[in-house]
Amino acid sequence: MESKTQLGTRKLLDRSFTGLGVGSIVLMVAALIIVLGPIFVRGWGSFLFRATVEHRQMMLENFGRGDAEVILAEAAAAEQARQPVYVMIARFEEELDEMGSPERREYRGYLGELKDRLRELLGPLPGEPRPVLPRSQYGQTRWDRAVVKLRDVLYVEEYDYSDPTRMGQRILVPRVKDFEGTSLEPLFAYIEQNLTEMLRPRVTFYWRFLFDTSVDAHFFGGIWPEVLGTLYLTVGAMLFAVPLGIVAAIYLAEYAGEGRIISGLRSFISTLAGVPSIVFGLFGLAFFINAIHISRSKSVLAGSLTLAVLVLPTVIRASEEAVRAVPQTYKEAALSVGASKWRTITTVILPAALPGILTGIVISMGRAAGETAPIIFTAAVSVGRPLKLWQTLTQGTPALPWNIYNLATEHEAVDEIRHVQYGMVLTLVLLVLLLNIAAILLRARITRKLRG
Amino acid sequence: MERFALPRIAVPEEKPHLEGKTEPHVVAEDFSVFYRANEAVVKVSMEIPRGLVTAIIGPSGCGKSTFLRALNRMNDLIPGCRTAGKLYFDGQDIYGPNVDVVALRQRIGMVFQKPNPFPKSVFENVIYGPRILGIRNRSELAEIAERSLVRAALWEEVNDRLNENALGLSGGQQQRLCIARALAVDPEILLMDEPTSALDPRSTARIEDLIGELRGNYTIVLVTHNMQQAARVSDLTAFLYEGVLVEFGETRRLFTKPRKKETEDYITGRFG
Repeated sequence: MESKTQLGTRKLLDRSFTGLGVGSIVLMVAALIIVLGPIFVRGWGSFLFRATVEHRQMMLENFGRGDAEVILAEAAAAEQARQPVYVMIARFEEELDEMGSPERREYRGYLGELKDRLRELLGPLPGEPRPVLPRSQYGQTRWDRAVVKLRDVLYVEEYDYSDPTRMGQRILVPRVKDFEGTSLEPLFAYIEQNLTEMLRPRVTFYWRFLFDTSVDAHFFGGIWPEVLGTLYLTVGAMLFAVPLGIVAAIYLAEYAGEGRIISGLRSFISTLAGVPSIVFGLFGLAFFINAIHISRSKSVLAGSLTLAVLVLPTVIRASEEAVRAVPQTYKEAALSVGASKWRTITTVILPAALPGILTGIVISMGRAAGETAPIIFTAAVSVGRPLKLWQTLTQGTPALPWNIYNLATEHEAVDEIRHVQYGMVLTLVLLVLLLNIAAILLRARITRKLRG
Repeated sequence: MERFALPRIAVPEEKPHLEGKTEPHVVAEDFSVFYRANEAVVKVSMEIPRGLVTAIIGPSGCGKSTFLRALNRMNDLIPGCRTAGKLYFDGQDIYGPNVDVVALRQRIGMVFQKPNPFPKSVFENVIYGPRILGIRNRSELAEIAERSLVRAALWEEVNDRLNENALGLSGGQQQRLCIARALAVDPEILLMDEPTSALDPRSTARIEDLIGELRGNYTIVLVTHNMQQAARVSDLTAFLYEGVLVEFGETRRLFTKPRKKETEDYITGRFG
């Protein structure tokens, strides 16, 4: 009887364990889909979107791209469609001059606000001087943003506080009410019906989003400085971490004994792998910049070194495991035909350990590419131009992870550039994904070669 | 309890040129090997003659592999391993202070229990040693590869697949490839540590034939747990028991008229 109950308990345990395992995997996949889904969908919007004539004009003026004649002709046509708006406003302004004082002041307020909204939608109004900031020089370049701005033109946002038990309720009041009975009344219907003509949206594949510099703090243009900065930082980190890591791994696996100091060193390295990355960031600032003055201020070099220190434990551990996993028989075979220890390591052990070492390297690359905290103090700047190779020694750079954070929190117009932020996230995710796929393929290829 | 009749070991007729005109190639004098405090080989004294096949037999853990690996200092890899006594190779102390271990191992090659080719092509495996020695000339390397493979009786089977991965060969072929790899650096002595224990009977027979062919040109020291094999291929046999050299002598004599009780017990299968 007793054994029967035990069997029942064991089965129950087995089943609940399986359930828990499957459950956690499902949870993980769900989380991945929930996170990655919007990133892919919205990030893609940075590359493929409906661009207005403002976009094409901006491209022509800032990047010299597109057929100038065609674009100017299109801009003229759009201007034609906008003309009635401007005419109506001009006429209304004339009418204002003839009104009585209090009435006039009220309408002037409404009109000023309307003109602000129109500027955001269509760019500077005729007769105004060209604004200094590119963001004010153009109307909406993206149709999805234009639709939002159209709403701001058509409606006034108001809050209803009449019920004290609830938060203020947002209500949209048609702006046309402000101008009821004036000559400006038909303006709103006109804009709503003719916005397409005024902005002429066209589906555009802006693949150069990856390779363009940004214009006016990411209002327009692409993310090349960030992409290039990330590449510099990652490659730079690997340049330092890989040779050091492999040498350290060989020392630990082949030369170091099993003494107390060495095992202490090993646990020290393992612990180092778990140190929060912000600590590494502070270390990088304190040591590389403040103590040994590797650069006067933030620089790609200092950031790379900091990232190298961050991933070094991972590289060492992965490489040491790989070196240890090489069968002892290979080593014996090499030594028995008269290879020195060093020759054995370079000709037999390292080639055989290569798949494992490479996996460690690529995983570390993914980590280095995505780390934000270590570069905050050592390398990252919010806005910058793509650096030349030699400039990496002295200058900071924008980088994807840092600028994603920056655009999400510190940018002066977070809502206006949301799509850029998503585009950056997508690029970073794809970059890391690509690195991981490369690691898997590389590993498979080398393993196949070794197996014969 | 009734005793079963045990099969006697078949010993071939006396082998040629073993009429006392041999000279010692390796000489052990009170040679001991320790693993930390544990004495694995105890004061062994013996002379291994040049150009002949010497087999070392004994039960598992008797120290026969340890002794063999001491001959080309492969035990150096094991932490805590040290030696006492003297071991001479061509009159030179193997454990002397000025010995170049790398050069020593080029003169005393080794074949291991499990075939251990590198995960490289057949050709690259054979010429690994010569490459280490600094031979770069492609045609010279090709010549060495062919000569070594012919000597290892493998050339016929692999000459059309020299560039294929060695791990694709059969176990027996891999072991002969390892022998070819050892021969490629022209050693004087070939140490074989149970070279057929991981192989099937047919491959074993081929390796044994090969040992017969190599006899005369190389001094071969063969560790085996297979007494029939020792009887078939060796000129001299040493019986090691618990690290002590119990008996050492001409194979035929040792298997037919053992002088020590332990030897007789072992070769008749009463223990081990």
